[in-house]
Amino acid sequence: MEIMNGGKALMKALEREGVKEVFGLPGGANLPMYDELFKSDIRHILVRHEQSAAHMADGFGRVSRKPGVCFATSGPGATNLLTGIATAQADSAPMVAVTGQVPVNMIGRDAFQESDIIGMSNPSVKYAFQPRTVEEIPEVVKKGFYVAETGRPGPVLLDIPKDVQQNEAKVTFPDEVRMPGYHPWTDVDMINIERAIDLLLSAEKPIILAGGGTIISSAFAELQSIAEMLMIPVVTTFKGKGSFPENHPLSLGPIGMHGHAEANKIMTEVDCVLAIGTRFSDRSVGTFEEFERNLKIIHMDVDPAEIGKNQTTQVAVVGDVRASLRVMLKLLAKKALKKSDGNDWLKHVNEVKDYWRENLKLHPGEMSAAKILRKLREVLPKESIVTTEVGQHQMWASLFFDAIHPGTFFSSTGLGTMGWGFPAAIGAKVARPDVAVVDIAGDGSFNMTENSLATSVLEDIPVIVFLINNFSLGMVAQWQRTFYDRRMIGIDLKKCPDYVKLAESYGAQGIRAQSLDELGKAVKAGLNSDVATVIDIPIDPEEDVLPFVAPGTSLKDMILPS
Amino acid sequence: MWAILSIRVENKPGILFKVTHLFRARNFNIDSISVGVMENPEFSKMTITTVGTEKQIAQIVKQLDKMIDTIEVKRLDDKESVYKELVLFKIKLNGESDNAEINKLADTYGAKIHNGQEGSLIAELTSTPDKIKEFEESVKPFGILDSARTGVTAL
Repeated sequence: MEIMNGGKALMKALEREGVKEVFGLPGGANLPMYDELFKSDIRHILVRHEQSAAHMADGFGRVSRKPGVCFATSGPGATNLLTGIATAQADSAPMVAVTGQVPVNMIGRDAFQESDIIGMSNPSVKYAFQPRTVEEIPEVVKKGFYVAETGRPGPVLLDIPKDVQQNEAKVTFPDEVRMPGYHPWTDVDMINIERAIDLLLSAEKPIILAGGGTIISSAFAELQSIAEMLMIPVVTTFKGKGSFPENHPLSLGPIGMHGHAEANKIMTEVDCVLAIGTRFSDRSVGTFEEFERNLKIIHMDVDPAEIGKNQTTQVAVVGDVRASLRVMLKLLAKKALKKSDGNDWLKHVNEVKDYWRENLKLHPGEMSAAKILRKLREVLPKESIVTTEVGQHQMWASLFFDAIHPGTFFSSTGLGTMGWGFPAAIGAKVARPDVAVVDIAGDGSFNMTENSLATSVLEDIPVIVFLINNFSLGMVAQWQRTFYDRRMIGIDLKKCPDYVKLAESYGAQGIRAQSLDELGKAVKAGLNSDVATVIDIPIDPEEDVLPFVAPGTSLKDMILPS
Repeated sequence: MWAILSIRVENKPGILFKVTHLFRARNFNIDSISVGVMENPEFSKMTITTVGTEKQIAQIVKQLDKMIDTIEVKRLDDKESVYKELVLFKIKLNGESDNAEINKLADTYGAKIHNGQEGSLIAELTSTPDKIKEFEESVKPFGILDSARTGVTAL
């Protein structure tokens, strides 16, 4: 037991959780904790806007699978974090957000920079704590990390009143915490795994649908072993991209609104799906009723509330998907299966795959989305980490950039937060300084958090921004062209700013690439650079993302390029 | 479909807000809600009645179960559990005969009569929502001046 103030107790507790970096921005209500951060060994990475601090912590958390930590002051600092917190919640990313709050006796009096962040964040956090005494701090930090990183991960908020940071008290640091209403671990469900195997083996046209949960639980090897053992083709959700090597012969790529043509085509023909760690988002499956028609679903997920939420399942296996898949593998191995790779279903799948890989019409220009992203794949080492922003470029990345190394592709898939990719890339680079990190960006999204260039340059966290620039809010423009008879409004960004000059003004490297040759050189320059590199790649603003499953329709209604 | 949910939660501030917020955020309905501290003051019991399809109710139960502050979530079978609600009706008295008639009705339903201000009386009934509805219909002709109900509680 030691006497210390709340700020110091917070730093000690964070250190005990292994925290080495925090992303944040100081203000009035978190000054006492910053004063203790100054004295601690934890590195502070200064952001220019709190939303970016949350995205950096999110990117760090997804890559390291340990909660990323972000700091913000009360009021606007805390509300600026909210978009980042909600993004992490939508994509089940582990995060611990620490906000300052006005002193306890001022709460509820509309004090300066007071916001009820506990109330505001409620639907967007996995849990929130507001310690009212110094003594509570070690316990809430311990609980916060435990909740954020176990079960289905998510963001946790610690809202600490200023006086609780300042006051001194005798504190003890618990090694274990008790939360009677939280049960992240369940035993492996043997009975349902047996049932799942029976159903899967009795299917004539089975498929594996791997979601983001496969990546979160690192079930890469297990997924690949099962697919290869049974010779079952694998599609992914967009969030599951990177769970299975996209250059693997059994890979069909992502399904969904902008899924691969072959993946969507095959998905409409299957009779049984082994769905791993997915919540069957509308963007992945189209209309819920149509997707589950004529389809037997085996659903594996760590979150029991996902079972039956969007799809009716025949067999549900609740639990960590990696643990479940391991047991499934063992049971399958005992059955000594003889599924030849020459089965008719797989033959058909490969025909469909080959057809669409050869015959999907692509934009004819030299700097088409497909060509520039395939060029990036060609130049970029396979273990590099890729993040994306949100919009057309994101969907092109899904279509044309193969994720090969496990767990190297991350995107804001659930909330669809523009501006996520760049700060998330910085967070990813902090977690994995040994690999290159690239943000596949669009100009509209990058514009939202581009001031993180200051953080990247000054904090020496070099990443590459692969900026696919169509000088517009391209996805909105595409929808206006497709659904609103070309009544174009609010989409033209008028070539402002000049991203090469913008990058240079921050001390980063700015390169404009107008041919594939220049592009290849620019990526290599970025890989060799000590500072952030923004590669501005002008493209045809009229290029659409195709194929396209329009909202409210089903995968069979996929619109193909004409 | 009508369902009674019995939820044991940690007795901490803000949990009623979180439970009701969950219903709003997930597009579910609350018909009635009653909350009280349990014999062990660490816990509170919430009883919520809700209406939805079988699928929706199953989903509500799972979402409530997922909440970290909920210790136990049970869907009560309305045939095997006792569920009651307390209601107070302030009923208008138009003459002496009304008083006798209302007392007779109260006897039939097992309601207690409290003499309130002049020209009215207050009937207190603890019963199931169906019976309360019936009683309400039968006293309505006299004129219900005001009413208050606790919401269903159940075991």
